[in-house]
Amino acid sequence: MIRFENVGLRYGTGPEVLRDVSFTLPPGSFHFMTGASGAGKSSLLKLMYLALRPSRGLITLFGRDMARLTRADLPELRRQIGVVFQDFSLLDHLSALDNVALPLRMGGAGEAEVVEHCTEILRWVGLGNHLHALPSTLSGGQQQRVAIARSVINRPRLLLADEPTGNVDDGIGMRLLFLFEEMHKLGATVVIATHNEALIRRFNHPRIHLENGRLHVMPAQSAHWA
Amino acid sequence: MALPPLRRKRFDLPLAKDPTSRFLTWLTALMVYLAALSLAGALFVSDMARRWDTGLAGGLTVQIVPLPAGSATLNERTEAALTVLRSTPGIRSATALTTDDIGRLLEPWLGKEAADPLLPMPRLIDVVTDGPVDTTALTARLKSAAPGATMDDHAVWLADLRRFAGALHLAALAVVALIGGAGVMAVVFAVRAGLAIHKHVVELLHLMGATDRYVARQFESHVLSLTLRGGLGGLVLAVATLAGIGHAAAGLKASLLPTVTIDVWHLAILVVVPVVACLLAMVTARWTVLRTLESLP
Repeated sequence: MIRFENVGLRYGTGPEVLRDVSFTLPPGSFHFMTGASGAGKSSLLKLMYLALRPSRGLITLFGRDMARLTRADLPELRRQIGVVFQDFSLLDHLSALDNVALPLRMGGAGEAEVVEHCTEILRWVGLGNHLHALPSTLSGGQQQRVAIARSVINRPRLLLADEPTGNVDDGIGMRLLFLFEEMHKLGATVVIATHNEALIRRFNHPRIHLENGRLHVMPAQSAHWA
Repeated sequence: MALPPLRRKRFDLPLAKDPTSRFLTWLTALMVYLAALSLAGALFVSDMARRWDTGLAGGLTVQIVPLPAGSATLNERTEAALTVLRSTPGIRSATALTTDDIGRLLEPWLGKEAADPLLPMPRLIDVVTDGPVDTTALTARLKSAAPGATMDDHAVWLADLRRFAGALHLAALAVVALIGGAGVMAVVFAVRAGLAIHKHVVELLHLMGATDRYVARQFESHVLSLTLRGGLGGLVLAVATLAGIGHAAAGLKASLLPTVTIDVWHLAILVVVPVVACLLAMVTARWTVLRTLESLP
């Protein structure tokens, strides 16, 4: 599914923020990503959702070598990746339903299908009464749920989340993680960047740990480290 | 299943709230107005030139001026000239204008006194040709048969007219092209401003898998709706202006000025102006967005 081989990343002429990163995420796997602030978690996620190209090294995504892909090949690949951004990145002028509908509409889905699926997923995340609410009228937690619903509406093959439970209480955080679990059971590969040790312990998945730009993969049974 | 509420066309980008939106509508209205007037001017000049051309081509004018006493009379020389003309191959008809006709032609310059029989008026013969005429030989024969006769085949006059009409045409087209160029620049500016204002949203759509064409379509639709409104407004204003000019020109009695009337054919051509403006704006918007998005990974 995802393979990084000796990947390095630097911004401009600055120092490398990621160094010799190598790992493989098999299809249908579930990983937490941890590391201190500035360790390179967001940069690694950006490489995974194709917002950046590596300065060196090889990235293989869905069996395709990223170095060989043209710009025109990328949108179709990006539509197979669901991303929950740390700041939610909702479009303020669009309703919750229209925000969630973006990936479907980009993929050319029919309007009836769009409305049906988006209504269903928003009900699933507990926002069935806020279908046409603008993000500015929703609480932080509700906005986060809209962002998560948008990331999974397309049934992505790869689901990436940057601190998805950062703005919600533990109960809702747990509920959202169960949503990611559902997507995982449906076959999606999931990577969640988080600082929430309680969630990591509760769900007991392997952990990708970043420290000073270098990566260590810890198996699930070792995930109970302090 | 909940039905979505009725709403206007949805744009992923909130372009309608951009400050550039209003200016593009007004600018398009002004440009279409000016372009339509320029084009209408070119059409009227074209009509005028065609009328002059049709009136003068295929014709000759023979003038016989009065001579001092002792020569043959003006009437005798006119008859002689008519005989020569009517026997010349390529000439369909030759008709001498009456003194009243000549008086009417000179009236704009000489007033009512132009018809005064005491004035030494020349005689004019209107000749219509239906084939090639050897004007050099004919002139020589006319001078021999009717001393004081001169012939004008309008060649110089027609060439000047055609050159003048051509220059006006080119000037009008240059004005339309300049207006089009200014319009393209305005659209490029507006679209770039829109892309800068909504950089975050554009990047987000891009990361979510939107193709460049998908983003470009948003701008195209927006620019189309703005320019369509502006274009229609400009066209209506231009037609009203031309109708006003036509109304004012109808009171003039200067026969050399073109008639300013808008017929169906003129209207059909003028309607093309906002249509072309909209298409040009759409293509420009698409091109600008696609070029700008090339910088994204």
